[in-house]
Amino acid sequence: MIARRGVLLGALALPFAARAQQFAGTYEPQASAIGDGIWMVRGADEAIGFANGGAIANTVIMASDAGAILVDTGPSLAFGRALEALARRLTGQPVGRIYITHLHPDHSFGNGAFSGTPIHSLPATRAELERDGSGFADAMYRMLVGWMTGTEVVLPLGDVTGGDTMFGGRSLRLLALDGHSEGDLAILDHASGTLLAGDLVFHDRAPATPHADFARWQASLERLEAVGHRQLVPGHGPLDTSGKAIAQTRDWLGWLETSLRRSVASGLDMAEAANLPIPDRFAGIAAARYELTRSVSHFYPRLEAELLPRVDG
Amino acid sequence: MANGMIGRILPFAMLAAPVAALAQPLPADPLGSPMWDYHAQKLFAGAPVVFDDKVQVQLPMLAENQHVMPVTVDARALGEVVRIVIFADLNPIPVAVEYTPLEAQAFVATRIKLDQRTPVRAAVLTADGVWHVAGDWVDAAGGGCSAPPLSRVRGDWADHLGEMRGAVWSGADVTRLRVAFRHPMDTGLVENIPVYNIERLTVSDAAGKLLARMAIHASVSEDPSFTLMLVPQVTGAISVAARDTGGLEFDGQIAPASGTRIAAALLR
Repeated sequence: MIARRGVLLGALALPFAARAQQFAGTYEPQASAIGDGIWMVRGADEAIGFANGGAIANTVIMASDAGAILVDTGPSLAFGRALEALARRLTGQPVGRIYITHLHPDHSFGNGAFSGTPIHSLPATRAELERDGSGFADAMYRMLVGWMTGTEVVLPLGDVTGGDTMFGGRSLRLLALDGHSEGDLAILDHASGTLLAGDLVFHDRAPATPHADFARWQASLERLEAVGHRQLVPGHGPLDTSGKAIAQTRDWLGWLETSLRRSVASGLDMAEAANLPIPDRFAGIAAARYELTRSVSHFYPRLEAELLPRVDG
Repeated sequence: MANGMIGRILPFAMLAAPVAALAQPLPADPLGSPMWDYHAQKLFAGAPVVFDDKVQVQLPMLAENQHVMPVTVDARALGEVVRIVIFADLNPIPVAVEYTPLEAQAFVATRIKLDQRTPVRAAVLTADGVWHVAGDWVDAAGGGCSAPPLSRVRGDWADHLGEMRGAVWSGADVTRLRVAFRHPMDTGLVENIPVYNIERLTVSDAAGKLLARMAIHASVSEDPSFTLMLVPQVTGAISVAARDTGGLEFDGQIAPASGTRIAAALLR
């Protein structure tokens, strides 16, 4: 697929070379220190789009004696390369270990920039990316075109199990969870007391639900609530130092599930359900209407099959 | 600038010559669609056309799934409506449904496939012979009409063919009907799968009186779903009947207030 795109681009480029506008976008990911030897790289609190190059997810860089530890690689090869350079600048070492929190392309499509470095994930994440990676690539190339140049699906190892691990003197607790997808890896950095929640937690940015299971997601959030931490890096949105992001995510998911069920039960069709008012308490949450609309699409057919009775014969 | 002017004048000039004696000129398309003139000539055949905000076309802010794009059309502000046509200019099968409300209100919701970014519109014919048109552009990933339906990929489409779900919500000023069918709605644009779709839907009351009918095309989504609004005086069970292009017929009976009870049970 990648090769075919390359050929097409090459064939197109020749006759128009004199007038063609070259794609000139470059990623400039910014890191902010959030503790001793730990940095957060903020994504834009937006939908994936050409204007942001798909760089909407948060990434974390940690220092260790055995090389930098990177959690999530971003949306594209070029972003992964920019992260590699950033991690080297911050820690003085190349990236020595990578964790991918879950399958989604805004978190996993920079993998190709790290050949030779082991990329770890839960087994389910590898299986899901094997299943959906090609479809993701089609969608990402359509939306992001030049930003995606050279990006290929690179599967993580799928070798992570929950428990404590040590890398280069840095002690991490790996939490094998699910609900946002079939495999959601959360990581507690003991040194800084930072909980890296992946997309199990969204903060002031509406949760995305393309592979979500409400009950399992809520159960995972209950488990995260019980993990002692000083601060939390959500998959999307700002650093949470006040301990409100888990509750906010639970509140949105609870409201969303109830709203969708009520919409089906009261006879609304999908466009009506997607355009219902969003409660005032979510007014400060970015991309709320966007994600509600997507969630209607993800859940509605299933809920209709559950709630509406058979009427034939 | 000059190119733009020629672009606007030329199609009009070409169109105006042969039909000038019969037809009223088409209004300029506010959506600037390259296919507006073509579809408008075929659909409206020279009848007067106006772009009209009284036709409310409710679309989601994005097409998350190009195979299932919901469209709700509410033209109740127009008075007596004869027909509602939902179409997408740039779809290979542009028209999705042609709805004749008869005894029903001028409201229909369904889900359609989109093969690319396209205007999605409703054209509503009122009793005075005027077409009222509204709609908007919808961005969509490709292939809504040219990728196989999920049930074909799973291979279980025949196991559930014709299963119907639905309910009726009875209110003070309107009776809302929802009905959905399991059907692959094959477009014929997927290799080795010939066109196969539900092509006709009728809704009747308990006495057998026809309340509404709809012609349905293969650009309606797999497992098609329809929401209609009947007048509140409709009582008793509602009969829904459909026929597909293979000649199969699907019938269902929907009990009055069945939806009202579902809502009450959930909210209890």
